[in-house]
Amino acid sequence: MLRFFLRRLLVAIPTIILISIFVFMLQKLLPGDPVLAMAGEDRDPETLARLRAKYRLNDPLFVQYWTWITGVLQGDFGNSIRTGEPIAKLIGQKLPVTLQLAAMSMFFATLIGIPMGIISAVKKGTKTDFAANVVALSGLSIPNFWLGIMMILLVSVHWQLLPASGYVPPTEDLGQSLRTMLMPAFVLGTGLAAALMRHTRSAMLEVLRQDYVRTARAKGLIERRVVLKHAFRNALTPIVTLLALLFGELVAGAVLTEQIFTIPGFGKLIVDAVFNRDYAVVQGVVLVTAFGFILMNLLADMAYMLLNPRLRKN
Amino acid sequence: MKKTLLLAALLGATAFSAQAGNLRIGLESDPDALDPDKSRTFVGRIVFTSLCDKLFDITPELEIVPQLATASTTSDDGKTMTLTLREGVTFHDGTPFDAEAVKANIERSKTFDESVRKSELTSIETIDVVDDLTVRFNLSAPDAPLIAQLADRSGMMMAPSALSPEFSNAPVCSGPFKYVERVAQDKIVLEKYEDYWNADAIDLDGVTYTIIPDSTVRLANLQSGDIDIVNQLAATDAEAVRNAKGISFANITGLGYQGLTFNLANGEMAQTPLGQDAKVRKAFDLALDRAAISQVVFDGLFQPASQPFSPSSPYYNPDFPPVERDIEAAKALLAEAGVAVPLKVKIQVPNTPVTMQLVQVIQSMVAEAGFEVEIIAKEFATLLNDADVGDFQISQQGWSGRIDPDGNIHQFVTTGAGFNDGQYSNAEIDSLLNEARTVSDPAKRVELYQKAAAIYSEDRPLLYLYHLAWLYGIDDKVQGLTLYPDGMLRLEGVSVAD
Repeated sequence: MLRFFLRRLLVAIPTIILISIFVFMLQKLLPGDPVLAMAGEDRDPETLARLRAKYRLNDPLFVQYWTWITGVLQGDFGNSIRTGEPIAKLIGQKLPVTLQLAAMSMFFATLIGIPMGIISAVKKGTKTDFAANVVALSGLSIPNFWLGIMMILLVSVHWQLLPASGYVPPTEDLGQSLRTMLMPAFVLGTGLAAALMRHTRSAMLEVLRQDYVRTARAKGLIERRVVLKHAFRNALTPIVTLLALLFGELVAGAVLTEQIFTIPGFGKLIVDAVFNRDYAVVQGVVLVTAFGFILMNLLADMAYMLLNPRLRKN
Repeated sequence: MKKTLLLAALLGATAFSAQAGNLRIGLESDPDALDPDKSRTFVGRIVFTSLCDKLFDITPELEIVPQLATASTTSDDGKTMTLTLREGVTFHDGTPFDAEAVKANIERSKTFDESVRKSELTSIETIDVVDDLTVRFNLSAPDAPLIAQLADRSGMMMAPSALSPEFSNAPVCSGPFKYVERVAQDKIVLEKYEDYWNADAIDLDGVTYTIIPDSTVRLANLQSGDIDIVNQLAATDAEAVRNAKGISFANITGLGYQGLTFNLANGEMAQTPLGQDAKVRKAFDLALDRAAISQVVFDGLFQPASQPFSPSSPYYNPDFPPVERDIEAAKALLAEAGVAVPLKVKIQVPNTPVTMQLVQVIQSMVAEAGFEVEIIAKEFATLLNDADVGDFQISQQGWSGRIDPDGNIHQFVTTGAGFNDGQYSNAEIDSLLNEARTVSDPAKRVELYQKAAAIYSEDRPLLYLYHLAWLYGIDDKVQGLTLYPDGMLRLEGVSVAD
């Protein structure tokens, strides 16, 4: 198991290098000059030239890349062009925020999506199934930003139950932290829940058709045991794959959700950085995200092994 | 049962219980470095207003008044400026403010490699510390706008003990509030500085700037009681704020403007009838109904403009009221210029909903005169870049405005200036505006600016559309707030009732 893990990790290295080159080049293709964006209203040619030199934007591209990547390998992501803060510090500050949002969204997504999927598969063709499908489709088709703003208007402005936006770290005040995260996590979670529900339903339908399920029923097992123990466990493999893939969705969704709810997380960091042409920040964030994505997929592969003993033998 | 209790605990209390005496301001974007020498953003200046006192300040009528300097005298030849400093002022770390501190600050602004203040202070050659509370600037030439610069970021005094390239990580100044913490993209927290020289005027215990980019969400935060003041309220939300209970709408005309810059000589894109013939630009100007633009896009809150100076400025020129629409005259001018209609023109515009709407209104207005406008929406950084390199025919751009008239005109229309994206060039304009920089008599300056206006208003290198206005949503608990045309929130005399 450990060897498998390490081997996969090694294979991931070229991927990460490719991603880092790709991101680096892509940004240089973006129109817009970071120095002009930085200077904003105070554009005077002398200042611009000095800033360009300071941030080494006049160097050849490969030199810029090399300077950056060697720094990254030593844990130095450089400094934000805009605020001068070290990027490693920014990442350290923002990553836990987005992880908290992601974890809470995942919680909502699984809490809603998986039971709904199971129920609608078991009750296939009934009104319950139909209702669950309608809910799921709405969840998939309602845009995050719309749902977010509607919830703010209803829950915060009208009922005044939860703070409209912002973020409090759990270390500072756990209750307040959960309260500020409740709405964004719900908004982000609903979209994922819908996808999860649809996949759970089809995976369950597939499994429920199998002979061993019929055998289990014939043995006289109670239906709940048949569904949860015999069928669900075997339906889990595709669901776990989906969960890993959804991690990417989560980060993408966090970009919007964090923008609406003004959560100072990874998503907001990258959006602001792109608009300010804060190259170094974009590069650092994308690299860390890509690494996270690869790690999640690796964990999913390991989860298959836990779920399916046959895989462990090979 | 447990779950119900948890939910009850989560939802139980109202959103945030208001802290007595702490003011919460919702800003539209995250300030950049909290270092007056590095700062480039408007929102950054709002934070500095509470954090860092300046040598001078302004009144709502834009008169320059003492802050850390109590008096200033300029020699007859205009080449030395002597400041008397306020006694008993200390920085937030307890160190004293004196002439040495002023010298250290100005020298840093002039020499620090990341300073963006250099161009504002070029005229200062040397600084003499006369005594503890007297400092003298020796200038290379008379510099009329200098005192206005000293009433802005160039005049903000940082504690010499804290001066380092990393100043912005823990800024130490001498303003009414001192720095507590900053969470990037989230908030900046300041608390009252007990030893502030004017502490009696400060009723607040602290102030928190919360960053909320979306205007709808910013307003929702005001309505839910999570913030007390919304900065940059959307014009279209003004009506909702007026009608809501417990919050009020407030506005003031600012120093800035929005306009259209024409490409006159910046590369190939300038080779159009619009770029080459002032008559065609005049026709475009006459086709615009500025009052209707303000009504449709900004709920009538922004005053129409045909000049760079705000109606609140003493330099506002009554000879150039907003140009009135005259479609027939516009058509006649186009015919006179001999251009075939419809004349195709391209406008580049930042891709925000409001600016898009603005340009769409313009598009339909000028269509009646014979212009066929193609709108090219660009993300802001791209737009700036394209404006700089001349990849535009018309660029929709604006300026947040400065106290001194020089800041609103010189760098936009003089030959080779930093913001002269269309590369307009007129020797007479250059000489008039350069001279206005050296004259200290306001009456004489007004005359020079009026002479220049007569020329550029005829050449039309750029069209002014409307004066910016600062729009606020304010909780009724907030009392004593005076609005200023520079859009800064000065917190002297402001209190928050429980």
